[in-house]
Amino acid sequence: MNERTAALGGVALKKPTIEAQESHGTEAAALPEKISVRNLHFYYGESLALKNIALPVYEKKVTALIGPSGCGKSTLLRVFNRMYDLYPKQRAEGEVWFDGENILAQRQDLNLLRARIGMVFQKPTPFPMSIYDNIAFGIRLYERLPKSEMDDRVESSLKRAALWDEVKDKLHSSGLGLSGGQQQRLCIARTIAVRPEVVLLDEPTSALDPIATAKIEELIYQLKSDYTIVIVTHNMQQAARVADYTAFMYLGELVEFGQTQQVFTRPKETRTEDYITGRFG
Amino acid sequence: MNHIASVSIRSSTAALDVPAAALRWHNLRDVALREATRLSAILVLVLLGGVIVSLIYGAAPVLRSEGLSFFTTEAWNPVTEKFGALGPIYGTLVTSFIAMLIGIPVSIGVAIFITELCPRPLKRPIGTAIELLAGIPSIIYGIWGLFVLAPFLQKEVQPLIISVFSGVPVFSRLFAGPPYGIGVLTAGIILSIMVVPYITSVTRDVFETVPAVLKESAYGLGCTTWEVVRNVVMPYTRTGVIGGIMLGLGRALGETMAVTFVIGNAHRIAPSLLAPGTTISAAIANEFTEATGALYTSALIALGLILFLITFLVLAAARYLLLQLERRAGK
Repeated sequence: MNERTAALGGVALKKPTIEAQESHGTEAAALPEKISVRNLHFYYGESLALKNIALPVYEKKVTALIGPSGCGKSTLLRVFNRMYDLYPKQRAEGEVWFDGENILAQRQDLNLLRARIGMVFQKPTPFPMSIYDNIAFGIRLYERLPKSEMDDRVESSLKRAALWDEVKDKLHSSGLGLSGGQQQRLCIARTIAVRPEVVLLDEPTSALDPIATAKIEELIYQLKSDYTIVIVTHNMQQAARVADYTAFMYLGELVEFGQTQQVFTRPKETRTEDYITGRFG
Repeated sequence: MNHIASVSIRSSTAALDVPAAALRWHNLRDVALREATRLSAILVLVLLGGVIVSLIYGAAPVLRSEGLSFFTTEAWNPVTEKFGALGPIYGTLVTSFIAMLIGIPVSIGVAIFITELCPRPLKRPIGTAIELLAGIPSIIYGIWGLFVLAPFLQKEVQPLIISVFSGVPVFSRLFAGPPYGIGVLTAGIILSIMVVPYITSVTRDVFETVPAVLKESAYGLGCTTWEVVRNVVMPYTRTGVIGGIMLGLGRALGETMAVTFVIGNAHRIAPSLLAPGTTISAAIANEFTEATGALYTSALIALGLILFLITFLVLAAARYLLLQLERRAGK
């Protein structure tokens, strides 16, 4: 985005731990890094949940984090928007660079950070208010818009989340009245209404049926033209379908990171191969 | 209907080879449970009806002799047997209003602090302190109010209030007159202290039912703690919070002992909140022993009936409010 970021990207790419660069050097080198994780350790109280993670998140690409339950992928996601800060016993050490700022720094403004890095959760979490207000709520936190402009923003967010046609006639009824898949798309619309730069998705389809899941995946595919997306998923087919890059994590370590196709067809690590072929997990 | 149901169950399970005796025993237990619970529920209705009927019956003499003026006059003279309930009604409403004015913000503030902001080691002590506060008998609040709070207010607070508001329109009338210490304001303050633990513990409990992920998603949009509480926690728990407030209001309206100690027990409506007054329950408690005439007794029972009606109206208003809120939320 700015020169500083580009410089950071360059620095990060020289690090030998990033495997994408080794195998697909020319392509990866051209990609700017939106988020760069370095030497990240994460603790729940005394126990170490993430061990020395280093990972690039490329701009306007979809990065999937996969791995068995408890491997730390959701924990890693919650570092990106400092969500762990809500809980006093959780802490992170290391560096996470986002547009030239270390977001782990104490002076980081959390509200601003979370506006720039949005998050969608495992279960749909519409707020107890109307569909319209669910979207407008986040916008109102930062901007005072006249009614007509707000209407436009709500409409475009809902259209972007492929929900507009289903709810345009009942914008002022409760968001809780929608189906699970619609609620999840409402949450995505709410997240992108704030115009974040990065969208974090924490198993966004695990509570949904296959049709709703397909719609969300289609949506993710379309959103990556404007947003940098990081998705945690249990579903390896999903990672293969939607992600450009995939990181495999195991027991708090980043085992392998690379282009999705490479990770799934020619994994370098035996642990990755064992996992994606279903030998453990 | 029961009969038909049991027959069809028996015929459908016959194929499963369940012993008929066991089935009959099950059936019998179900019937027993149904009847026992139904009886309990009916008992509640009968009791409520009985209370209403006996209140109306007891209040009839004074209502006949005074008519509607019982509700609209202030005079309360047992010697001439002239009774008007306006003074106690006014006192009850005003003291409860003051209690709510102070109690609701404090309670909700405490609940927000405990659930959202409190460091973990402090959480339990504060919670326990609130439960203990709720457990203190009202007579103790009364004594404390009379011997500690009222003199303190008289010496330190009321003179200050009087001098600050003198000259300000409306307020100079509300806070006029000599600082007695005891009076409507003091009763309201004591009541607010008494309702805080009730409203706080209910509010805290319902605040804790808000799913963490819902709060996280609001924080995830960049909300501050206040914005999360205001826009997510409060709407989500609205019903429970209003329920807690009603519980507190119910207590404030009906509280007798503590109020009797500090309100001054004067059957009149003074424009100043610092002046003595009385409430319905305080008047009943104070005067029941000396109510000799039939009409006097009847007047006190009629006061009880009015308190009952006020409580009922407050509950109905709360229900109506909730309905309106739900409609607005589009549920």
